[in-house]
Amino acid sequence: MNFKKVLSSAMVLTLAGSLLAACSNNNGNNNAASPDTGASPGASASAPANNAPQEFRFTLASEPPSLDPALMTDAQSSIVASGLFDGLTRLNSAGEPEPAIATKWDVSEDGKTYTFHLRDDAKWSNGDPVTAQDFEYSWKRALDPATASEYAYMLFYLENGEKFNAGEITDASQVGVKAIDEHTLEAKLISNTPYFVSLVAHYTYAPVNKNAVDGKPAWAAEASTIVSNGPYLLKEWAHGDKLVLEKNPNYYNAANVSFTKATISLVEDESTVFNLFETDKIDWIGAQAGSVPSDQVPGLVKEGKAEIKEIASTYYYLFNTKEKPFNNAKIRKAFSMAINRQAIIDNVTKANQTPAFGLVPASIAGVDGKGYRELYPDTGFGSENVEEAKKLLAEGLKEEGMTAIPATTLLYNTSEGHKAIAEAIVDMWRQNLGVEMKLSNQEWGTFLETRDAGQFNVARAGWGADFNHAINFTYDLIHPKSLNNDGKYENAEVGKLLDEAVVAADEKTRIDLIAKAEKIAMQDDTAVLPIYYYTTVTMKKDGFEDVVSDYAGHLDWAFGKKTK
Amino acid sequence: MIRYILKKFVIMLVSLFFLVTTTFVLMNAIPGSPLQSEKATSEAVQKNLEAYYGLDKPMIEQYGIYLKNLVQGDLGISMKKKFQAVDKIIKESFPYSLKLGIASVITSIVVGCLLGILAAMHHRKFIDNFAMVIAVIGLSIPSLVMAPLLQYSLAVKIRAFEVAGLNGPLDYVLPTIALSAASIAFIARLIRSTMIEVLNSDFIKTAKAKGLAGHWIVWRHALRNSMLPVVTFLGYLTAGVITGSVVIEKIFAIPGLGKFFVQSVSDRDYPLIMGITIFYAVLLMVCRFLADIAYVLVDPRMRAGGKGK
Amino acid sequence: MNNDTNRGSIRPEQFQKIDRSNYVFERIERKRLTAWQDIRYRLVSNKLAMTGFYIMCVVLLFAIFAPMISPHDHFTNDLPNANQAPSWQHLFGTDDLGRDMFERTWKGAQISLFVGFAAALIDLIIGIIYGGIMGYYGGKVDEAMNRFAEIIYAIPHLLVTILLLVVMEPSLTTIIVAMSITGWINMAWIVRGQIMQLKNQEYALASKALGAGAMRIIFRHLIPNAMGPILVTLTLTVPSAIFTEAFLSFLGLGVQSPVASWGTMINDGVKSMTLYPWRLMFPALFLSLMMFAFNVFGDGLRDAFDPKLKK
Repeated sequence: MNFKKVLSSAMVLTLAGSLLAACSNNNGNNNAASPDTGASPGASASAPANNAPQEFRFTLASEPPSLDPALMTDAQSSIVASGLFDGLTRLNSAGEPEPAIATKWDVSEDGKTYTFHLRDDAKWSNGDPVTAQDFEYSWKRALDPATASEYAYMLFYLENGEKFNAGEITDASQVGVKAIDEHTLEAKLISNTPYFVSLVAHYTYAPVNKNAVDGKPAWAAEASTIVSNGPYLLKEWAHGDKLVLEKNPNYYNAANVSFTKATISLVEDESTVFNLFETDKIDWIGAQAGSVPSDQVPGLVKEGKAEIKEIASTYYYLFNTKEKPFNNAKIRKAFSMAINRQAIIDNVTKANQTPAFGLVPASIAGVDGKGYRELYPDTGFGSENVEEAKKLLAEGLKEEGMTAIPATTLLYNTSEGHKAIAEAIVDMWRQNLGVEMKLSNQEWGTFLETRDAGQFNVARAGWGADFNHAINFTYDLIHPKSLNNDGKYENAEVGKLLDEAVVAADEKTRIDLIAKAEKIAMQDDTAVLPIYYYTTVTMKKDGFEDVVSDYAGHLDWAFGKKTK
Repeated sequence: MIRYILKKFVIMLVSLFFLVTTTFVLMNAIPGSPLQSEKATSEAVQKNLEAYYGLDKPMIEQYGIYLKNLVQGDLGISMKKKFQAVDKIIKESFPYSLKLGIASVITSIVVGCLLGILAAMHHRKFIDNFAMVIAVIGLSIPSLVMAPLLQYSLAVKIRAFEVAGLNGPLDYVLPTIALSAASIAFIARLIRSTMIEVLNSDFIKTAKAKGLAGHWIVWRHALRNSMLPVVTFLGYLTAGVITGSVVIEKIFAIPGLGKFFVQSVSDRDYPLIMGITIFYAVLLMVCRFLADIAYVLVDPRMRAGGKGK
Repeated sequence: MNNDTNRGSIRPEQFQKIDRSNYVFERIERKRLTAWQDIRYRLVSNKLAMTGFYIMCVVLLFAIFAPMISPHDHFTNDLPNANQAPSWQHLFGTDDLGRDMFERTWKGAQISLFVGFAAALIDLIIGIIYGGIMGYYGGKVDEAMNRFAEIIYAIPHLLVTILLLVVMEPSLTTIIVAMSITGWINMAWIVRGQIMQLKNQEYALASKALGAGAMRIIFRHLIPNAMGPILVTLTLTVPSAIFTEAFLSFLGLGVQSPVASWGTMINDGVKSMTLYPWRLMFPALFLSLMMFAFNVFGDGLRDAFDPKLKK
């Protein structure tokens, strides 16, 4: 990895001259439409062999609500945070953990105690060294009820983490994290959690500087007060407008940081983002940093201007399994079989998504270096067959003692994309099953409340990975006790299998148990109606390398570079 | 005059109190909460959050606390934009809306008046129709269509302007056109219709009879009297335009107040909703107040009456 | 002296006595017109206004009849034929789900126009009553009513709208109600301003002196004379209501799919403006055409109503 980066840096130097020339052409030329090469040959020849201007520009649809690692909750913040903060580990674009502040770690026999060995040359932007005590302080702070962190549950893996957060114990020293010395951190977990090394790369586990944070709740709201330890420093934060990051010269791995500056504009409108890209004002679209208008995607992909990448998110519809008619598994299955997922992908979503029949997307890891879906394909879980669906529907109705599907409504949150999918699916049900379903869209806040309260027949949902493990898509979505199981799907056996999976002794058994639970829920019960596994469509300007969408579909840019 | 202003001020305060109360009730009646997110949080975390933002207290107490802080000039801290003070958010975003708003109001008045006068002076002739057609076309195209069309044709295809942002004076051109098109038409029509009336009235005829030159009549007598409804309208236009058009701010990526307001409502960011509503209301009232005074100054009849209302 | 002589030159014999029995005094030679005939005459002679009127009629006719005749319906999807350019099969092309744009455009016209007219009517009724009372009584009554209006006006529309759409079932009625809650205020203010100007004019004072009640004076004398600005405002209310509906669609608070208004269609169409222009063009074209027609017709109407503009 490092070697590759050094090599690329050398390439940067050799290619720098030509780029500079190209740039000056563009700036001096009024007629931007013609990419002329002969306008200023002299300038091109005399350009010093300098570094190419290493600036990276992209957009976010909304401002990060906070840059305080303990308070961040959304993809937008995480994209900025990946430039500002360095945790114990960092995930590479495949979603595998790599050493960052921690250079190595030891795991105890039972898999419950982790000892991280920290590097001694990491510094905060205020000059303080980054120590194990910082991590202890930060993790306890995130769990402290007084901090009111929404993502505190990410730290419930720690011993007594949940109890401390709930206020059941007030003594923070009982929480399972301790700095042995300046550069050794010990974490005690409630169970064997092999993916803990990936978890600590999550921003909720990122360190904060006690001096900058203590007693200053607003420390992360302004560029002038924020103290960070990552590859970049926050130079300017014009709220609602833009964020400007500059390279951190004191970063321990500064040699591998190529961009000297990153400008992040806050632009909500999709077409405007696309127009900014077209007029060379930004270098990147996609992976939660702006999105390519869906109608444009097929054309752009064909021309090779845009790329499509699978990400770890699933688009599905919830059935309200507590109410007629969708309490009946046969009826649920009939509805799932009566739609044509590929037609929706080809005509509506247009980004080459994969039709989904299971819960866990393909980019989630399994065991032994294989993807989860490679080991347990979802193809057997369901099929699309209109005749079969009609038969199942009739059987299901008979079981419920009904003659027809009563008036039902499909609920979705307001967005053009969701609307088009909902319209297409409702029409398929109408044409294939003869079922008339009403559509109802609600504005986001209202939608969440209605869905949480179970006031729907069928409701749109989506789930993105918090960490790279199948448990994140199964336990959370179909375990009877999960708060995110909004369809209130209940199958004791699924619950039992998942409970066993959480405490399983080894990874192979765990994954096996998860797969078994998923199969029951999806093949037998059709707990939810999966539609597709998300992809992200990305576009980048020529010359940018190592700026990619990571496994979860978030822009990973901090170690990118411009080669020409 | 001082008595009048003082009285107005007290009335404003009372209205403001009603407004704060209504908004507070409405806001809390809307489903959803600033603390909810797509991924469910545990009850303990939810409780922590509610306690932190004081949302666990009974509503009447929350209201009391809010009022108390408000009286002390404290608009509170945003619940979604962590630890950003509401007054700071307004202070930072308002200048964008204000600058764009002023540009649009000036454009509307100048262009609107010109078209209106032109039309009225050539009533029922070709120029009248032509001016009105131009004005009405501006009114007929929704900003939802006009803004993207302007952006695509002038910024992407021709590249005469920037796609988004408000960094240089040239960047104001596209959003200003899109924002003022409708009010240009409104003012032009208003001016035209009242001016035709005024031009036919006795005092103008007298002025004509006294031998005043045509354009002098227009400027000195007619326009002044035609400005009356425009002045009334202006109070609202200014407030409306200054607080920003949501559509235009979104399309041209302008970090104005309108954008924050829509966001605050969909985020259920209670303090920010309250703050912007109050700010908006005060602005509106001040503009109204100024319009009232201007009304008195402009209308000779009102002045003669001396009652000042 | 001279005068006397001159006078003397006209002699009584030169005069002829005529029969007065059939003579009508102060006969008006011009054809007698009632007020309405007069208005109609002036309106018809205004070419621009009539152009607007015809456009309105044609669009209305299409909105009513085109969906009946069209072989397509507005909700059936035909995914393989999505985003087809206009052809004989689909006059206005198809949208992203392969639905016929011709059918949807006119179906959308029905929705948009209904919203526009209904909202304008409500605004007009409330606005005239409220504004009339405000302007006529003035003083304390005016002050209090004005305050109330101002408070309503200052409450953010978005808040009210979301609340209503949540409390009431999302539907056309809800949208119209949500718009009317604040929409009438502008009209009321316009009426108020007019009434305040007119109420001290001689005819109003005369009427008052003759013992006419307030309501009679307001509605018989003042409102008809204020009709000009009211009509101008009204012709603006219809389009602005249609625009507001479009804006609500933009926020996702518009009509529920698969029903579409011009606003929702424009919203969807703008996104693919460069690739499938017909999806934006047709709804936007007819929306703009209708707005244009409304406005020029309204202007014409205003001119026609105003007796001062009589030639």
